[in-house]
Amino acid sequence: MFAEFLQYLFSGVTIGATYALVALGFTLVYNASHVINFAQGEFLMIGGMSTVSLLAMGVPLPLAIAMAVALAAVLGVALHKLAIAPARKADVITLIIITIGASIFLRGLAQIIWGKEFHAMPSFSATESVNVLGAVMYTQSLWVLAVAGVLVLLLALFFTRTLMGKAILATSMNPGAARLMGIRTQFVLMLAFMLAAVLGAMAGIMVAPVTLTAYDIGIMLGLKGFVAAAIGGMGSGVGAVVGGLLLGIAEAMTAGYISSDYKDAVAFLLILLILFFMPRGLFGARVAERV
Amino acid sequence: MALRLPERVPGLPVLALVLLLVPLFLGNEFHLDIATQIALIAATVVGLNLLVGYGGQVSLGHAAFFGMGAYASAILTGTYGWTSIPALLCGALLVAVLAWTLGRPILRLKGHYLSMATLGMGIIIAIVINNEGWLTGGPDGLAVEPLTVMGAELSIFDHYSLLGLEVSGALLWYGLAALLLLLAVWIAQNLVDSPIGRALRAVHGSEVAARVVGVDTSHYKLLIFVISAVYASVMGSFYAHYTGFITPQVASFEHSIELITMVVLGGMASTYGVILGAVLLMLLPQLLTDFQDYEMMMFGLILMLTMIFMPKGLLPTLSEAVRRLRPRPASAPASGQE
Repeated sequence: MFAEFLQYLFSGVTIGATYALVALGFTLVYNASHVINFAQGEFLMIGGMSTVSLLAMGVPLPLAIAMAVALAAVLGVALHKLAIAPARKADVITLIIITIGASIFLRGLAQIIWGKEFHAMPSFSATESVNVLGAVMYTQSLWVLAVAGVLVLLLALFFTRTLMGKAILATSMNPGAARLMGIRTQFVLMLAFMLAAVLGAMAGIMVAPVTLTAYDIGIMLGLKGFVAAAIGGMGSGVGAVVGGLLLGIAEAMTAGYISSDYKDAVAFLLILLILFFMPRGLFGARVAERV
Repeated sequence: MALRLPERVPGLPVLALVLLLVPLFLGNEFHLDIATQIALIAATVVGLNLLVGYGGQVSLGHAAFFGMGAYASAILTGTYGWTSIPALLCGALLVAVLAWTLGRPILRLKGHYLSMATLGMGIIIAIVINNEGWLTGGPDGLAVEPLTVMGAELSIFDHYSLLGLEVSGALLWYGLAALLLLLAVWIAQNLVDSPIGRALRAVHGSEVAARVVGVDTSHYKLLIFVISAVYASVMGSFYAHYTGFITPQVASFEHSIELITMVVLGGMASTYGVILGAVLLMLLPQLLTDFQDYEMMMFGLILMLTMIFMPKGLLPTLSEAVRRLRPRPASAPASGQE
């Protein structure tokens, strides 16, 4: 009974940590540019798929990961430079369609390169799983959690301790004032897209051995990350992490105790409830509409 | 505001003429089939445009209403033996009630939150349709009975004699779809010109300002949400009867995105613009089939480029360009220059 619960909790926390990283990417980009980047999920796919390919070419794992992340970072910058920056003054809905166009483009590209089938990635550790109080814990889950933890910590340090991080925060609070203070806001926006791409790629690589990877995994993972960000409160870093973990656990519990068919509905039911009853999310700031 | 002038005056007769002429230029039944589907989807998008273009409210879940209409018709006529029209009306009523109930809390939200909520609603409905296989046939889809009107069956595979002429069922279906599109446009234009339309434009301009001058904004937003949902439901019903087979794909997130893309691509708040958007977006896959593997990538690329370079949409951008090219007489009254 308890072992079962623990089992669901493990898998929930694992996938939740992935959602948290995607949500952090959403939050970063949203804070810096007020764009909701629907292409965010594609970076998970690109991270996972290119690592699989590089491993198949005989590249050692750490190098493969570094190269895949670098590729995602370049694509993140390109996305900002080529698609978002030229349309800066467009409506919210136009920007949404542009990022959706970008995600379809990336998915189409991936389909040409890697085909439509699922790709498997081996676990990072030789030991696949360990037994914890009667529940099976995959060592890959530990990798996911550890990497997510380290990334969140690094990000927190980046925002509180470095000038660059503070520049991003300043830009998100008031781009005009930030520019007057000598912050190159366009560069900051580009950096936000790059960091979001890196976070997404890392999440995609870490979780690939658990869930497999394919050209179209980005849609659902991206949407769930988006939901996680909204649960936490759009724009809140802590909220993104908490939202991601909550969502992962809620999904795993639903799949375990209620119905695995409706696992995917949990995220969207949660977002409706959150938006109806606490529209700013758990940690979101209350803002008045400027008229 | 000057943009609406050239399109408002002769629009409907011109559209009718175009719809009448199209079959003459279509080489075969396959083209006619695409034209019929385009007309049905265009009518859906005209309804969605009322909400998005005129009301300024984003919906990323509209395909769910389309799908509900389609499945209501399929299930009621197939499993329960109803005739087409009562099934269609029942589906529309169901959708109206649902949109009314969900619209109240959803439309309180704005901007990104609104898009998230409509997205969530749409995906949940799609998941239910996908999972309740005992009712909907699940992912495998569901066969749909042909449309029956007053005892007569309209099937694309039959031939009918109309005023002494032998007419194929496919051509009749095209005619029906064209009529539905004209009706959809006519209703939409009347709504836009009615007090509802004026209130909506005020909401789009500034919701707070509209409220200050006494417009009951939440009432009008809800009303237009329900109307556009019913548009989608009715067209979904016809679409189901026409294609004869539906899968949960009709209600999917991807389909919602396609619908909203047609609105934005063609030009928000421009009824003929969004029809153009529907035509282009539905022809694009046909044109890209030659590229096979590259189809998806090209589609994404075209979508991105159009939105980057024509953020206002195709028709408004084009008519703006035409207006600039046309030399104006110096004594022209400076009206509509706002």
